[in-house]
Amino acid sequence: MYFDSIQDFWSMGGYGLYVWLSFGIGFLSLCLLWLDSIFAKRKLMSQILTEQARQVRIKAAKQKQAGSSV
Amino acid sequence: MNGLGALLRRDLSLAYRQRAELMQPLLFFILVITLFPLGVGPEPNTLKMIGPGVIWVAAILSSLLGLERLFRDDFQDGSLEQLILSGVPLAAAALVKVFVHWLTSILPLIIISPLLALFLHLTEPMYWALVFTLLIGTPILSLIGAIAVGLTVGLNRGGVLLALLLLPVFIPLLIFATSAVESASMQLQYSGQLAIIGAMFLFSLALAPFAIAYALRVSQT
Amino acid sequence: MWKWLHPYAKTEKTYWLCQTLLPWFSVLGLVALITGAIWALAFSPADYQQGDSYRIFHIHVPSAILSKSLYMGMAIAAFVGLVWQVKTAFMSMMAIAAVGAVVTFVSLVTGSAWGKPMWGTWWEWDARMTSQLVLLFLFFGVMSLYKSFEDKQQASKAAGVMAIVGIINLPIIHYSVEWWNTLHQGATLMKLDKPSMPLEMLLPFFVSLVGWSSACGAIVLLRIQNEILRREMKRPWVIALAQQNVTQSNTATK
Repeated sequence: MYFDSIQDFWSMGGYGLYVWLSFGIGFLSLCLLWLDSIFAKRKLMSQILTEQARQVRIKAAKQKQAGSSV
Repeated sequence: MNGLGALLRRDLSLAYRQRAELMQPLLFFILVITLFPLGVGPEPNTLKMIGPGVIWVAAILSSLLGLERLFRDDFQDGSLEQLILSGVPLAAAALVKVFVHWLTSILPLIIISPLLALFLHLTEPMYWALVFTLLIGTPILSLIGAIAVGLTVGLNRGGVLLALLLLPVFIPLLIFATSAVESASMQLQYSGQLAIIGAMFLFSLALAPFAIAYALRVSQT
Repeated sequence: MWKWLHPYAKTEKTYWLCQTLLPWFSVLGLVALITGAIWALAFSPADYQQGDSYRIFHIHVPSAILSKSLYMGMAIAAFVGLVWQVKTAFMSMMAIAAVGAVVTFVSLVTGSAWGKPMWGTWWEWDARMTSQLVLLFLFFGVMSLYKSFEDKQQASKAAGVMAIVGIINLPIIHYSVEWWNTLHQGATLMKLDKPSMPLEMLLPFFVSLVGWSSACGAIVLLRIQNEILRREMKRPWVIALAQQNVTQSNTATK
């Protein structure tokens, strides 16, 4: 550990604001991007299933229609 | 060659018939430049200092306005599709269209620039430097701009997008052009800057037509 | 090599390649990022000139290096896509674009936060910062061009052309801005000359660089998968995958 106390660590020799701002924004942006990608993937998966269910329903309705018209 | 000549004549006469629409970017150009003295104050020295930059930025913005109609009408009425199918090399045809566009909507800006130089108190050497940089530099605007116009022509709402795509690309041109005028204001040589702008012009002249042709093909499918 | 690469033009193969690579990149990225950050913040010594503000270096420089590499990668993907008509190359192009924009943003913010104590202003029209800003706009341009097309095949080609126009222009922009900057400000800038960094400063930097690169690699892989899922929604293998995914998460919650 380079710093003597936790206080020193937070103040970063007077540059605390800038150092913590940089690291905060840097890691926050990276995390947000990662979360966005994860949630997008989840949403896509459920979207695929709804789309598939819709296709199945459409197919069933068409078959029913074809059956009733004969 | 014949086809290209016909295209040149057609585009010129079309432009002639749309005179009113062609005037709009020109008026925009003049208006933007009139706004600056009103915004920053009429102090001649300040105006002289910001003048070259203001004129160049206004020229870039108004050329963006004019660029939008470069392929738009042809795309909407289907003549662009016919041009692609006609067997005329598309890159050459694109070059002709860009040339006509430059002639009809950018050359007027350069012709009107003495008036604006007076507005902004530019000295005579500055004025000549401005005209030279505009003459060599604005074709770059048209050539590179046409690539983005070709890509966005099918979108119907290209305006702001076009600016977003093109303005970053025009930064080097703006830097060298305004620095040439600045050098002229200090009675310095500016052939170096002109040579760089010329190199950029030749480079884009060599490559842009093919990119425009590709962009038009992408948009047409 | 072509024979080896060719199957990855197929989306399914690429999806599974991403899936195998993903845990490696994620773990390496996470471990290296955390180690690098702790090392840089708490253990590496302060600079004799800049004090503790120099610690921003460990986040600023990796993101700045990475932003340019990501643009390069995006342009290469665009080139491969345009020349060989490879669908997956376009998908990687768009995956890289989003990550690149975020990384460029980080490098700008950290640069600005470093500039405040060192140069005295949040924003200096410094050559590197200006060209970084332009880089951000180039990323935004490619992304918004892609977003504005309904037809994604057309969108990828258009965005690809713009990415290549950007990469040709990038060095010109960079040198012109540098030249413009020296013309305008002369010696007002504080030159941050670094006479051969000591090892205890260099090591955390390398760890951070590895961490940022692998983390960004992992996110790019994830986003490539997302693009594949989005574009291949109706393929049987995608549907099977989604169904499997749902049953898996159901059993996990039970």
